[in-house]
Amino acid sequence: MNQDFVRSLPGHERNLRVAWLHRIHIDPLLLLLLAGLVLFGLVVLYSAVDANSAQFQAQLVRIALAFVALGIAAQLPPQMYMRWAPYVYIVGVVLLVLVLLFGITVKGSQRWLEIPGVTRFQPSELMKIAVPMAVAWYLHDRVLPPSIKDVCVALAIVAIPAGLIMMQPDLGTGILVAGAGFAVVVLAGLPWRWMGYAFLAFAAAAPGLWYVLQDYQRQRILTLFDPESDPLGAGWNIIQSTTAIGSGGLTGKGLLEGTQSHLDFLPEARTDFIIAVIGEELGLVGVLILLSLYVLIILRGLVMAASAESTFGRLLAGSLILTFFVYLFVNIAMVSGLLPVVGVPLPLVSYGGTSALTIMAGFGIVMAIRMHKAW
Amino acid sequence: MVGLSIKDPAREQSMFASRAIGLFAIIVFLVGLLVLRFVHLQIWQYETFQTRSDLNRIQVQPLAPPRGLIFDRQGELLAENRVSSSLALVTERIDGLGQTIAQLAELVSVTPADISDFESRLKRKRRPFEPVALRMDLTEEEKAVLAVNRHRFIGMEVTSELIRHYPYGELFAHAVGSVRRITEDDLRALDEVAYSGTEFVGKRGVEKFYERSLLGQVGYQQVETDAHGRIRQELDKEAPISGQNITLHLDSRLQIAASAALGERRGAVVALDPRSGGVLALVSHPGYDPNLFVSGMSSKYYKDLSQSLYTPLFNRAINGQYAPGSTFKPVMGLAGIVAGTTEWETIIEDRGFFRLPGQKRIYRDWTWTRDGAGGQGDVDLHRAIYRSSNVYFYDLASRMEVNDIVSFADQFAFGRHVAVDVADASQGLLPDPIWKQGAKGEIWYPGDNLNFAIGQGDLLATPLQMAIAAATIANRGRVVRPRMLLASDAPMAEVDPPLPLPAITGPSPDDWERMVDAMEAVVHRGNKGFRGNGTAWAYIGRDIGYRMAGKSGTAQVVEIKQGEEYDEEELDEFNRKHAWFIAFAPADDPLIALSVLVENGGGGSSVAAPVAKQVLDAYLLPQLATASISVAPRRPSQADPIQ
Repeated sequence: MNQDFVRSLPGHERNLRVAWLHRIHIDPLLLLLLAGLVLFGLVVLYSAVDANSAQFQAQLVRIALAFVALGIAAQLPPQMYMRWAPYVYIVGVVLLVLVLLFGITVKGSQRWLEIPGVTRFQPSELMKIAVPMAVAWYLHDRVLPPSIKDVCVALAIVAIPAGLIMMQPDLGTGILVAGAGFAVVVLAGLPWRWMGYAFLAFAAAAPGLWYVLQDYQRQRILTLFDPESDPLGAGWNIIQSTTAIGSGGLTGKGLLEGTQSHLDFLPEARTDFIIAVIGEELGLVGVLILLSLYVLIILRGLVMAASAESTFGRLLAGSLILTFFVYLFVNIAMVSGLLPVVGVPLPLVSYGGTSALTIMAGFGIVMAIRMHKAW
Repeated sequence: MVGLSIKDPAREQSMFASRAIGLFAIIVFLVGLLVLRFVHLQIWQYETFQTRSDLNRIQVQPLAPPRGLIFDRQGELLAENRVSSSLALVTERIDGLGQTIAQLAELVSVTPADISDFESRLKRKRRPFEPVALRMDLTEEEKAVLAVNRHRFIGMEVTSELIRHYPYGELFAHAVGSVRRITEDDLRALDEVAYSGTEFVGKRGVEKFYERSLLGQVGYQQVETDAHGRIRQELDKEAPISGQNITLHLDSRLQIAASAALGERRGAVVALDPRSGGVLALVSHPGYDPNLFVSGMSSKYYKDLSQSLYTPLFNRAINGQYAPGSTFKPVMGLAGIVAGTTEWETIIEDRGFFRLPGQKRIYRDWTWTRDGAGGQGDVDLHRAIYRSSNVYFYDLASRMEVNDIVSFADQFAFGRHVAVDVADASQGLLPDPIWKQGAKGEIWYPGDNLNFAIGQGDLLATPLQMAIAAATIANRGRVVRPRMLLASDAPMAEVDPPLPLPAITGPSPDDWERMVDAMEAVVHRGNKGFRGNGTAWAYIGRDIGYRMAGKSGTAQVVEIKQGEEYDEEELDEFNRKHAWFIAFAPADDPLIALSVLVENGGGGSSVAAPVAKQVLDAYLLPQLATASISVAPRRPSQADPIQ
């Protein structure tokens, strides 16, 4: 890896086979790692959709589109992202307000905006990139580490859309958006001390927060601590997913052989709970391969962010990578019973297109930031 | 660090790098936590979750054993098993249940009763995704229609199970009995494991008595099911063991004849093979179709059945307890002989009534008239039997100790249940002074002796018990226990063979022959004028192809006031007399003994005797024809002093 890493640095472009990738602002190593992750994900997904070729092909198309999004995002110069950042953010916030006013309610949450006859979409998805972009835009020409005032403004930029999303209510996406924005502030040099204070304040406020939560959210937290209290209802998901994972053992039951997933005991096996399918069918070995791929992608992403030439670039790229981590951590911790159930897919592995598209676009931005010269 | 207000790109870049390293360390730490969690689940707790996953998917399901078949003595099937298909719905998978049912009703018959039964089944406790039956017993045509339209109905299932079928329907309802759906009350008494695959249990008759052997042994299959309880594959199987097939003494041709002979009348016929005690026919009218208890009937229909004045569910043959009336006289006569109170030669004068010494009350003969012209003249025991003289027996009883009558009658199994394998048979009642003191708080009056002697008063017997009495006389004193079971493939768990009953002590062989003669005269003595003929001769004795011994009985249901005549027309249907007849044939070497009871039928000779003859004809004529046994010439009557 180290050699690849060195070779991919600017000025080491003697390797002609990858030189053309550099010209189109693609980092070969990150691309390779992402491709490996996607491939691994597709293998598992093939089993999770019960070898249903229609669904599998649909996912192949989505993944292909996500790579196209990565390619396009990589072509846009970082200056452009910075220039557009405040406008994209403002449009996003306006859309979120519109969602609360006119949005379509699906399964009790008002998350979608519909342009009748054309399309429907979730503005909150856009905010996963727009919020860190806006915070990075705000902080990039301030003195860093940021002053208290700058931290407060940055947090406000984060809190407004995150609050609107949580009101839908969509706690999962709200946390991810807030995390992405907060990551920028942390990367900008927010003193660790302050984070310690914030954590203590949060712990102190937790009992109060309890009353702010919706009933179903409280139920999910209670279920985390005692899933057996309602094994056929709220506890079902977590009991079945831990059973699936645990019964996989070291090497798993084999692809397509998972009884929990293929006999419908495991809910949402294709989407949010796909890590349980990996655990059941490929065992601890499969899980470790997946986690290694994730860690390598994050490592590569952070190295790329650190070597970016502008503050805006560093902050934005770094926060996108951290968000990626938050995604996978929340998902895996949830499915393995460490966190309450929130609707977060496993990045680049779960069935579905929107999240893959956003994430790949994010990696495209990271590449743009790193690979565009003279900035 | 906030003090500086000048931007320093190089410092910012190095600070970012240290931040990135710090955050990466945190990420590695958190990923380490995840790894630890997976090691915990997949390595340390592997066996727990492995077991839990297997428990999830592997179910052990009971397999119902096919119930043993029941045959008659000729190998005719009396109870078999039939595949029955039901239409069931998995309501969890159906949106708009009412609409689905309406659409199904266009394809197959679904009555409002089916729907209300379905709704009550829905309310019962069940597992999620367990199918609930909407229609049972689908026809082949309906099954085909449903199969074609299967794709239109999500959550519809057609299931099949073996259910009991009684091909003769009503005919054997009381003899063979039936199975019924296990109720919650039953569940408390039944072995949960043995019945885990079975929905029915024998509730009446042979089905009840031989339940253990007929049931068979439950089997198991281990199956892999999905989260919705649907079976995906079979993993292991232990086949059920069929119940025992059994053959009964019952003769379906005789049963048909007995049922036809009774016709629409309420009553019972019990026919025994006197040599073995085998029950050849056991009919109780009215009956019911036992198949309805298996496939289900509307609650209204059941209510009608169970509340009908004619009590079709009541088994008169074994549970109907009636005063035997004059059919008790042969027993009484022999009791008198044995006690030495009378002799075959003793003659009394019958003027149609009897008075106890010093009492005003009149005990009437059936020939009594208000003008005093009744009575049968000079009567000995032989004549007292064929003319059924009450006065003779009043006189005899007035001179006997009650305990002599009781102890003699007791040997005939009056007041006792002696059948080997007849479920729930009633005991009847053989009264005595101790019983009367206990039950009625009264002493035994001399008048009780008189009623006892003519089979009235408190004496009660079932048609089955009267058939035993007939068989005992046919056997000249050898008492047999009635039995249903003729043969089985293996020893039956239910029967610990009871000891044979002791033969009747007292009467000499000659006494038995004389009694049989007197009973033959009941049927065959004719053309001698009203006071010379056997009571039944005019009804059955003119045209008979074999020697039959019989005795009629006409049991009073309501008391006729002193000085009044019995006028059948004036009485309510249920207050009319019960007609009895007991008989056996051929008299010298009896092959069959029976009792006939017609409830509120009237005269025993006129009503019950023809039924008895029809049954005996059906049994004997074919046998006599094939064996080309010539009809025995009538032996000279041994005592006929009147003649």
